[in-house]
Amino acid sequence: MKILFYGYGNPGRQDDGLGIYFVEEMEKFVRDKDISDISFDSNYQLNIEDADTIKNYDLVFFCDASQENIDDYCITKVSPSDAHIEFTMHAVSPSFVLDLCQKIYGKSPDTRLIHIRGFAWNFLEGISERALKNLNSAVNAFRQMLPDLAENNISVLENISSCHLYK
Amino acid sequence: MPKKITIEPVTRVEGHGKVTIHLDDNLNVVQSRLHIVEFRGFERFVQGRPYWEAPVLVQRLCGICPVSHHLAAAKAIDMLVGAGNGDGLTPTGEKMRRLMHYGQIFQSHSLHFFHLVSPDLLFGIDADPSVRNIIGVAMENKDLAVQGVMMRKFGQEIIEATAGKKIHGTGAIPGGINKNLSIEERDRFLDGKAFPNVDQMIEWSLGALDFFKDYHKKNRDFIDHFAAFPSSHLSLVRKDGALDMYHGVLRAVDAEGKVILNDVDYQDYLDYIGEEVRSWSYMKFPYLKKYGKKNGWYRVGPLARLNTANFIPSPLAQKEFEQFKAYTNGKPNNMSMHMHWARLIEILHAAEMMKELLHDPDLQGEDLVVTGTKQYEGIGLLEAPRGTLFHHYRINEQDQITMANLIVSTTNNNEPMNRAVAEVAREYLTGQEKITEGMLNAVEVAIRAYDPCLSCATHALGKMPLEITLFDSKDQIIDKKRN
Repeated sequence: MKILFYGYGNPGRQDDGLGIYFVEEMEKFVRDKDISDISFDSNYQLNIEDADTIKNYDLVFFCDASQENIDDYCITKVSPSDAHIEFTMHAVSPSFVLDLCQKIYGKSPDTRLIHIRGFAWNFLEGISERALKNLNSAVNAFRQMLPDLAENNISVLENISSCHLYK
Repeated sequence: MPKKITIEPVTRVEGHGKVTIHLDDNLNVVQSRLHIVEFRGFERFVQGRPYWEAPVLVQRLCGICPVSHHLAAAKAIDMLVGAGNGDGLTPTGEKMRRLMHYGQIFQSHSLHFFHLVSPDLLFGIDADPSVRNIIGVAMENKDLAVQGVMMRKFGQEIIEATAGKKIHGTGAIPGGINKNLSIEERDRFLDGKAFPNVDQMIEWSLGALDFFKDYHKKNRDFIDHFAAFPSSHLSLVRKDGALDMYHGVLRAVDAEGKVILNDVDYQDYLDYIGEEVRSWSYMKFPYLKKYGKKNGWYRVGPLARLNTANFIPSPLAQKEFEQFKAYTNGKPNNMSMHMHWARLIEILHAAEMMKELLHDPDLQGEDLVVTGTKQYEGIGLLEAPRGTLFHHYRINEQDQITMANLIVSTTNNNEPMNRAVAEVAREYLTGQEKITEGMLNAVEVAIRAYDPCLSCATHALGKMPLEITLFDSKDQIIDKKRN
């Protein structure tokens, strides 16, 4: 199974960089454990050309900082039917990217969004301590799941307790 | 009672803004404004930071056009390290930056045309909003959508190869560049294995021009007259008058083609350009001092560049330029929708220049940086996709930035965008009893022609709520949309 982790956000704005930091940590882990068929990407925001990127994968995890009322992190399934046209290209959503991938390439990789709760958004580098704890929770969970995911065992995602997984 | 119509946010442009239109009791448009509601304060935030951080720091201004700021800041910082005024770098240093810049022009213009403008051209400005978007384009004309995606990707890959990474690229450093382009990196753009190659980009650029020209033929009245108004035009040009988006001298022409700013050194920009503040917008209003605040405004961007340049130094784009100039018998083109035509010519030019640079062995050179005597003031200008971009810094003995002045492209177009909104509002909304989605979109089409990046233009901090509100003549809300 080919897996892509794609983090997005602005690391120049504190916790807005959570998605980027998550991907960096996962990449280090994968390199150390020499797990194959896992790729990584990151950017300030999602773009239209990401429809071309994700078409090459079976399982895609987008990762972004969240202001939602969640404990630390959660994972949601991305559906193209949830795509609505954002008012600016600054705000292309995972649903939009998946919908565009489906429309122009006929491909629909299993796509999930990892939301990591952030708290501080100023023009500073480095994440807040509270956000760091949430980042570590997400990273540790995926470090445990990754060997199974790499072996095509997506059911491990279902084993996460309900407070972490929202359908 | 006068009626106020608000369009907020403006869809399919970068950043956030709102349009208010005031009608009198007879439904005549009496006032229309493009309000910029964000405030960023970046020029204050960057003070106290060491100057060498500027080329990376300024990229936080905007996730869509960070490269333009990166390069303009780098040109200003070159002066601080004594590396000259934009033309003192090593061949490798300058050409790597130029390749990065053309990659930026190419991807930004492609994004704008294919994904922000093509829905209007394909479906018409009165079409249902649920199809008048890029997903609709993908359903109606899949090839067009794919080309737009791949052209964007190509430009982004060029940027990554030259800047080092997608986010907060560090390619341009004081006095030069921090890497060259390896043969392996170069071949990715020539061999067509990982993605379509630069020759394909040129072919698609020509195809996009044919698409527009065909549309123009069938919709001449709309393209030639929609939001058209006379204006002055300003841009950098090369010393011999060629289009040059990386470096040059400042030139402006009036609506008839008379030169009103004659190839001045941009280091002296403060002698010629002022900025006015108005109470109802956080975005300033630049103007040519010689003509005053009321008459000194000007346009920047693709239309302005083709109005000020004498020729384009790449053969296919030059041929298109000749057709473009012939359409107005050599006079400046003041037709706002022709910005799309000009933009497509620039896409072609950028593709040709990328090809030329990719075949230049200087890109594999090892001499990357120039140093000289420290200076305490640096000014860097270049032609970003959206228009002339100014970065100006002063530093102290401790190498800290003590002053920063940024005039970004969209700010230069503030007055023209307001005029465009006024023109369209008068034509489409005066006397109408029913406000349709198509009418409201017409106002936005006028703004979108400028490809504004409203985030850059006000350097805003924080996120802003987005809301579209329509008021009736009694100031009652009749429609509301929230993002």
